[in-house]
Amino acid sequence: MSDQQRIPVEVKAEAMNDVLPTTESNPKRKFSLGKKAQDRLWFWLFLAPALIPFLLMVITPFIMGIYFSFTNWDGGLNETEWIGLANFRALSTDFRFIYSFVRTAIYAVGNVILINVVAFSLALLVTRKLKLQNLYRAGFFIPNLIGGLIIGYLWSFIYTVVLTRGLSLFEISPLVNENAMLALLVVVTWQFAGYIMMIYIAALQNVPEDLIEASQIDGANALQRLRNITLPLIAQAFTVSLFLTLVTAFKQFDTVFSLTGGGPSISSPGWLESVAGLETSRTVEFTRLVTVQIYNWGFSRGNFAQAQAQAVTFFIILAIFSIGQVYFNKKREVEL
Amino acid sequence: MSTLKLKLTRFRDRLSALTKVETWKQAPKNIFNWFKSLSPLEILAFALLILFIFPFYIVVINTAKTNTAIIDSPMSQPESWSVFVNNVQRILDNDRLAYVNSLFNSVIITTASLVLIGVSSAMAAWVLVRTKTRLSMTLFLFFISGLVIPFQIVMLPLVTLIRVLENITFLPWRDTHHAVIIAYMGFGAPLSIFLFHGFIKSIPIDIEEAAIIDGCSRPQVFFRIVLPILKPIFVTLLVLNGLWIWNDFLLPLLVIGRGGSTQTLPLAVANFAGGFVRQWDLLLTALVMSAIPVIILFLFAQKHIIKGMTSGAVK
Repeated sequence: MSDQQRIPVEVKAEAMNDVLPTTESNPKRKFSLGKKAQDRLWFWLFLAPALIPFLLMVITPFIMGIYFSFTNWDGGLNETEWIGLANFRALSTDFRFIYSFVRTAIYAVGNVILINVVAFSLALLVTRKLKLQNLYRAGFFIPNLIGGLIIGYLWSFIYTVVLTRGLSLFEISPLVNENAMLALLVVVTWQFAGYIMMIYIAALQNVPEDLIEASQIDGANALQRLRNITLPLIAQAFTVSLFLTLVTAFKQFDTVFSLTGGGPSISSPGWLESVAGLETSRTVEFTRLVTVQIYNWGFSRGNFAQAQAQAVTFFIILAIFSIGQVYFNKKREVEL
Repeated sequence: MSTLKLKLTRFRDRLSALTKVETWKQAPKNIFNWFKSLSPLEILAFALLILFIFPFYIVVINTAKTNTAIIDSPMSQPESWSVFVNNVQRILDNDRLAYVNSLFNSVIITTASLVLIGVSSAMAAWVLVRTKTRLSMTLFLFFISGLVIPFQIVMLPLVTLIRVLENITFLPWRDTHHAVIIAYMGFGAPLSIFLFHGFIKSIPIDIEEAAIIDGCSRPQVFFRIVLPILKPIFVTLLVLNGLWIWNDFLLPLLVIGRGGSTQTLPLAVANFAGGFVRQWDLLLTALVMSAIPVIILFLFAQKHIIKGMTSGAVK
């Protein structure tokens, strides 16, 4: 059927039917679809290029993943056996998983606070009338363009060679002792602050000049202006930034992978031994976040079913957390 | 016309002033005054800028040194930039990194994924907005729910899925361009459809109806009328998806594998670093060479990139 002038062709075909009573003699009649059927056909044709890859590469492995977490899957194509909640029950005594979750929580809190404080301060600074403000913005933003993997290697050089050997700021590299978490937080702040700063800048520029001027005339000082005018007006930027930094913190993998690899190893702290019911002290890794733990437990140790159960738990907690946070922030916004 | 002339004469005056000796005698004083005129905030901002750029600076100067020179004095200026050329040559010859091949793979995978994600998501979002049924609303929510799925929950089964696909289709999937591109189409769809959906809702339907009356078929309405209107959001998505795909490490690691013939730049760097952790001269050169394409692109399209990234986040 010609794709041009669809409606006239149909009308013509129907008109011809009146003239020619036998439908077999008119081949066009056979292939023309009703308006509704045609709509439905186009609907699925337009949807398919996005829907098929989404179903194939996201939804299929997602469902497989949830199913595998209830089995003794070995990561291959072998027959699997349904073992119910055994993988999840094992998590409650899995000291590595519990520890990685605690480390992730600490990392996420530090990440959200540090990045937002630095980014907001930078945004306030560069929205003042400075001579080179475009240069500053670009300069603070540039680390964000480079992938986390490359940044991790870059900073492992800065820490181990430049700061330790070159400038003698540390006696040994901070990546191999208990400063590793702080070292990691410095790197991700350097990486993301410029991006979050741009969100704050966009919001700050939307604050009307005349409101600021009016408050100046009324005698409000800089701090009062910030608290009573600027902050309420950019509440939405805070929602967006807090959410973004929290989610990126939980999903962080690349930078840790190349910066510390999860290390350094330490012996398990006392609280972990009592929580996980350990009889002897074991070694745990100081910056092994949940994502690194899942990767390591699956691909390096080959405990695929258990790693998948960890991933499902991670997904549930992440989902609850992000929904809760959005809800909380929306409520706050209205109050302000 | 007259303003142009005025500008030209002013420019000529300034040029002639520069050639006079008196101007140059004043110069140091002027620079000093310029520094004095800077506010404390400006100085603070400048100091912070230096601090932010310092890691790049230190890495770049160390790419022009030998490994022993880097370990001995990482802070010193390089003696000769010919060492840099030498390091670059060694990187280009390196099999584990396979720089030219990896750069080519990164470019192919990123551009193909960007175009396909953009067009397929725009098509899907368009029919989802223009078809007002419960099915289309459900499908939209189905796509959006993909935003909550972290990569970690799909990554272990994804490796198995690739093997299953090889068995079912009798085609190669592991270490191929098409597998990675289809994967990116799937993972990129939720955000792209979400952004397109919001934008298309604001386009009045009258234009499309007029086109249909004029005899346009549905693909014609979409490709000739709707797609050009979507340009601003398309650019936003090029930036957001482009940076994500170009820098992504975990997905290509699982679908392609380290050292695969279709490895992307981040994979190549990881593959290389795995073998040469202590060889800082080569590793730093490799890092600079893999970071440079994006930085060059940023210098050319700075406005688009910053606008794209911030508007994408706020929406």
